[in-house]
Amino acid sequence: MTTLDFTPAPVAAPFARMVLAQAAAETRQTLRNGEQLLLTLIIPVLLLVGFSLAPLIDIGGGRRIDFLAPGVLALAIMSTAFTGQAIATGFERRYGVLKRLGATPLSRAGLLLAKTVAVLAVEGVQVVVIVAVALALGWRPQGSPVAAVLLVLLGTAAFSGLGLLMAGLLRAEATLAAANLVYLVLLGAGGVIFPLDKFPAGVRPALELLPISALTRGLRSVLAEGAALPLGALAVLAAWAVLSLGLASRTFRWE
Amino acid sequence: MESPAVELIDLVKRYGGSTAVDGLSLRAERGAVTAVLGPNGAGKTSTVEICEGFRTADSGTVRVLGLPPDRPALRPRVGVMLQAGGVPPAMRCGEFLRLISRFYARPLDASALLVRLGLAEHARTPYRRLSGGQQQRLSLAAAVIGRPELVFLDEPTAGLDPQARHACWDLVGELRAAGVSVVLTTHHMDEAERLADQVVIIDRGRVVAEGSPESLTGAERQLRFRARPGLSLDELLNALPGGSAAKESPAGHYIIEGQVGPELLATVTTWCAAEGVMAADLSIERRTLEDVFLELTGRELR
Repeated sequence: MTTLDFTPAPVAAPFARMVLAQAAAETRQTLRNGEQLLLTLIIPVLLLVGFSLAPLIDIGGGRRIDFLAPGVLALAIMSTAFTGQAIATGFERRYGVLKRLGATPLSRAGLLLAKTVAVLAVEGVQVVVIVAVALALGWRPQGSPVAAVLLVLLGTAAFSGLGLLMAGLLRAEATLAAANLVYLVLLGAGGVIFPLDKFPAGVRPALELLPISALTRGLRSVLAEGAALPLGALAVLAAWAVLSLGLASRTFRWE
Repeated sequence: MESPAVELIDLVKRYGGSTAVDGLSLRAERGAVTAVLGPNGAGKTSTVEICEGFRTADSGTVRVLGLPPDRPALRPRVGVMLQAGGVPPAMRCGEFLRLISRFYARPLDASALLVRLGLAEHARTPYRRLSGGQQQRLSLAAAVIGRPELVFLDEPTAGLDPQARHACWDLVGELRAAGVSVVLTTHHMDEAERLADQVVIIDRGRVVAEGSPESLTGAERQLRFRARPGLSLDELLNALPGGSAAKESPAGHYIIEGQVGPELLATVTTWCAAEGVMAADLSIERRTLEDVFLELTGRELR
């Protein structure tokens, strides 16, 4: 029989180590999960390849890949920060994982930080894959990478807030259904693949205010048109981030 | 003076209209094993979850290692085993334990703990594919890996097979020997009798009895035997010294209480011989904790 020294030595690990350990575990969980990969990598890559090779959509001039790549990047960000995170967090609450972690030295702030780090890590993988595929398809990105990164970070904050808000309010099964539905709706109505100017003029202003539209529009204006800093899109994303994170922090239930 | 491991004074917890914990007071000493016993719905889990900081009491005082239970400073000092769940279903057994161990500066070795609890060969098995008993053992491992001062175990052996139950008991014994305070809930009386320094029996949210297992079961002895059901005990009672009691509970199991001595034994066996009754498993024992428990909490199902 193994001897173990149970003599109390109760000391928490340094904060950064706890956060990194949790973030690494969450990243592994996501990358190992087949349904999540379908949502975060396979669907975006298929859309990118399919719609750039076949003339299925009328983007009104310009090269299809230059139009599609920023949209698919925005979709990928949404799939991880919103859809994936909402579903994973909903089930973590349902399975008592959030409760269990609450009994460890990892604080709630630490857990949220770890989730953010994990989302950013998965997004990093997505960006590398999607950019590589897009470049292979002849994509020629313009503009400032700093502006693009800023858009991605604000978009991540906005979508994370919405995902956590949903996971905090609904049952896990309802979150699963609703998060996938929202993904589909925003994929169709957020300018990811179908240009927003094809929609009736009456609904367009409302669609423009969706976080996915703002992220798509912002990334497109930087990466396709070489805009310096798309302030309008950044403002819309910032507003969504403040609103959703504020509401999520008030309504989130850990159990 | 060092504060107790847990001190509860007049604890009250209500859910909607029902009162789960109703003015409960208890004290669990440092370095001791305290067993909280009670029927289902007695308020055990509510009480423990308040101590663990998962729930807040509606009123009363709660001190865990001298501190209010929601203090972040308590997290590394207190190990928690939930009744169920707490692990992502797809996460591997060893992966989960290693993750938890990284939250502590001086944890036990995860591999050694897995070996110790018979989980080493399941280290790469996803949590959802573990048997119920294996999941319980993983949960126990996670509660102790940070080398806490105080461990809460909520029904640690529920659903375990005998081997696993004994492994869990051994572990609790070792924790105690190392100076760790343990508070566990159970409805296994043998578990409480075997492990606990202090037993607290609660019912309907209140403490109905407490003390060491010996002090609760008392010095009184009883004579027990098995025979065919439905013997008429009235004649036997007439033959027995005054103050004796005889009952059949459950059917075919007879218990004689009173001045249990050589005379009483002789009277009973004589009566058996006269009745042509073969008394099997005849024994003279102390009352068990189970007897005390049923006396205090009643026999009706809930």
